[in-house]
Amino acid sequence: MIVIEPRGDISRRMQTAIPVIAAFVALALAAVPLAFAGAPIFPAYWQMFIGVFGSVFSFTEMLTRATPLIFTGLAAALAFKARLWNIGAEGQLYLGAMGAVAVGTGLIDGPAVLMIPLVMLAGAAAGAAGMLGPAILKTRFGADEVVTSLLLNFIILIFVQMMLEGPLKDPMSMGWPQSEPILDSAALPRLMDRMRIHSGLIVALVAAVIAQIALTKTTWGFKIRAVGENAAAARHAGIGVNRTLLGVACVSGALAGLAGVSEVAGLKGYLTTDLSPGYGYSGIVVAMLAGLSPIGVVIAALYVASVFVGADSMSRAMGVSSFLADLVVSLSLISVLVGGFFARYRIKFAGKAS
Amino acid sequence: MENPVILTLDGLTKRFGAVVANDAIDLTLHQGEVLALLGENGAGKTTLMNMLFGHYTPDAGHVEIVGEDGVVSRLPAGHPQAAIDARIGMVHQHFTLAENLSALDNILLGSESLWTLRRNRRRARTKIEALMQDSGLIAPLDEKIGALSVGERQRVEILKALFHDARVLVLDEPTAVLTPQEADSLFAALRTMVTAGLSVIFISHKLHEVLAFSDRIAVLRHGKKVGELTTADADKSQIATLMVGEETALPERKACEVGSPVLELSGVTVKRENTRNSLNGVTLCVRAGEIVGVAGVSGNGQSALAQLISGLTRPDNGTIALAGDVVADPTPKGMIKARVGRIPEDRHHDGVVGTMSVAENLVLERLGEPDVQRRGFLRKAKIAEHADELIAAYDVRGPGAEARAALLSGGNIQKLILARVLEKEPLVILANQPTRGLDFGAAGEVARRLMAARKRGAGVVLISEDLDEVLSLADRIVVMHDGELIEADTRDRAAIGLLMAGQAA
Repeated sequence: MIVIEPRGDISRRMQTAIPVIAAFVALALAAVPLAFAGAPIFPAYWQMFIGVFGSVFSFTEMLTRATPLIFTGLAAALAFKARLWNIGAEGQLYLGAMGAVAVGTGLIDGPAVLMIPLVMLAGAAAGAAGMLGPAILKTRFGADEVVTSLLLNFIILIFVQMMLEGPLKDPMSMGWPQSEPILDSAALPRLMDRMRIHSGLIVALVAAVIAQIALTKTTWGFKIRAVGENAAAARHAGIGVNRTLLGVACVSGALAGLAGVSEVAGLKGYLTTDLSPGYGYSGIVVAMLAGLSPIGVVIAALYVASVFVGADSMSRAMGVSSFLADLVVSLSLISVLVGGFFARYRIKFAGKAS
Repeated sequence: MENPVILTLDGLTKRFGAVVANDAIDLTLHQGEVLALLGENGAGKTTLMNMLFGHYTPDAGHVEIVGEDGVVSRLPAGHPQAAIDARIGMVHQHFTLAENLSALDNILLGSESLWTLRRNRRRARTKIEALMQDSGLIAPLDEKIGALSVGERQRVEILKALFHDARVLVLDEPTAVLTPQEADSLFAALRTMVTAGLSVIFISHKLHEVLAFSDRIAVLRHGKKVGELTTADADKSQIATLMVGEETALPERKACEVGSPVLELSGVTVKRENTRNSLNGVTLCVRAGEIVGVAGVSGNGQSALAQLISGLTRPDNGTIALAGDVVADPTPKGMIKARVGRIPEDRHHDGVVGTMSVAENLVLERLGEPDVQRRGFLRKAKIAEHADELIAAYDVRGPGAEARAALLSGGNIQKLILARVLEKEPLVILANQPTRGLDFGAAGEVARRLMAARKRGAGVVLISEDLDEVLSLADRIVVMHDGELIEADTRDRAAIGLLMAGQAA
């Protein structure tokens, strides 16, 4: 008979070790399909490594890729801390991008010190509104936010398409469904010459630090943790459970919205419907890899971005599919979850109970 | 009884931590007999039956069953399948039916091998229809369970046991969910089956149905069998006394200056779908310096009363007033502000956030206060200091202030909650089952703290299923039955026991 027993407290060292071990386990497991694809394993992984750390350009590309993942990872981590399952970061990202485009493409103009905060505010507000809806439906009617926030993603994407074919369409785009370009004064400044890396990364890092402080050192963070860990006890103790959930929903949506702002105003310059290759969904993976810790989100986002960028480079050099990146990320998540399970429980094989 | 013995429980003992749920209980059941297992909530009835059925493994003792051939065999402990094979059927208080399957499928569930490709449903249906004919327990076999009434579901459960050729049928509080008419027809059907040779053990705390239906009564109290008698020779007050216990010497309770009313409920009605959350025109006045004990069998509205005083429920009708002021919009926060201290019934579920630290749990109810936060930032040093003081003052034992609250034992979690509630010197204290599941020492500590609060001038509402506790602590006793409060003008156990069972004294 197999008996699963809980262990005692998990040490902090164990908690940080698990994701690191899981990352390596995932890479080891991914070697199997890699071998099937006919690529020599160690050179392939070397290419992957070079693809991220081999040059300043490739390293900044990785950081550029990590930027939206930090935002969406934070969005998921904060919401999940309160057991609010925001699966709609992808949609909120597009809402944020649309907010930025609505304000930053000529509606108003001013100096950059004014325009950049304004664009970010507009995007954050739009993203917040995107999650507020599902949160209200949850607190008012008990509607499952997993379903509502997820399905809203598709509605929002079609809405963006409609806007890009209509009011937001750039008349100079030769018929392509894309928005007018963001004004120079509203664009997030580049951090290095001839590199795509932009100051959205700085904003993301600041957001992560603020989120970490908010979660661990403020009464608001206390309430989030209490509501997430035991809503019944929180309610009994006079903590406004619904109010906390609505607040978290707004902040989570705003962070996802900032991912959209950062992509549009920092990287692409205009909005199209292929702005995000699923950053909203990857953010969930990032948050889970990070164990819902904001600082952990930064590290996890760097890891996931490295896998993506490195796998791209590997696929070009070795002629294997870049889908391997998705595989490695998925395996990492599974390894972390399994690792977490083994950290919490031990498995005993006992003889048949008499 | 001339009939042969069919089942023997021999010295069954079950401990949960420090609590002895069943203490060396012996019981015999004869063929064609109805044995009632009577006792208050928490007396150990369900635990005993769960051991019989193999859900729990006893710490000591064993179960013997006499086969049809007269061979006595010992049931292996902890194997429900062995109990089923020995033809013992159990109908749980909370049904174990799959709502998305039909009644027929539910009855067949578990009786078919996974490897059988063809289901022989026609033969099963014939057998069940014959059973329904014989017993008078009619249920629509093709309806999904989800569409059936509670009474019908129960019949399906019983049919399921009978389908497995049960010779012994155990019914756990079978009438708790039934209307009186349904209960009557259930008993009529059971009677028919008993005449045909079935043996029945039924668990109850309702005196009248025990007296009306059983042949023999075994009374449990605090995990011990305290009496066994033939129903024909029993009378109500004798059984009530057995159930709630003999008069014991009460600890000395010094008289207290009773002050002005601190909590007044007048004509409070709370309507909910089920009775356990409903109140019906409840009026209660608690004065400063007194403990009002609310006795009663659980599920009679105590939780509604507790939710009301906790601010978790609003009255549909009537008012609730604190120190003379009507509370317009009761919320947990408002109640805390108005100095109502609340000790919840389920301390793990409502009392603490298990994954947060002891120190954090100690400030759970006072996040807005200046010594907990400054401009929204937690004052960690102050919180830790506060925790150390309270841990010392209330003797909360565990791995320390920074450890997760879930690592504490039940008694220490309760001390943590007491510390949190009492440090604010509340005007009103709601103590809902404050000693349930606690060992002797921790329970004594809780009692001592409540007495001290009373002395300080707090008004205490003590809700408890343990009549001993109510009698020893309360200055005044009210009994809750079916959502209504009845003032007990007596401290006589038998009289209170009758009130608890819904019988006028």
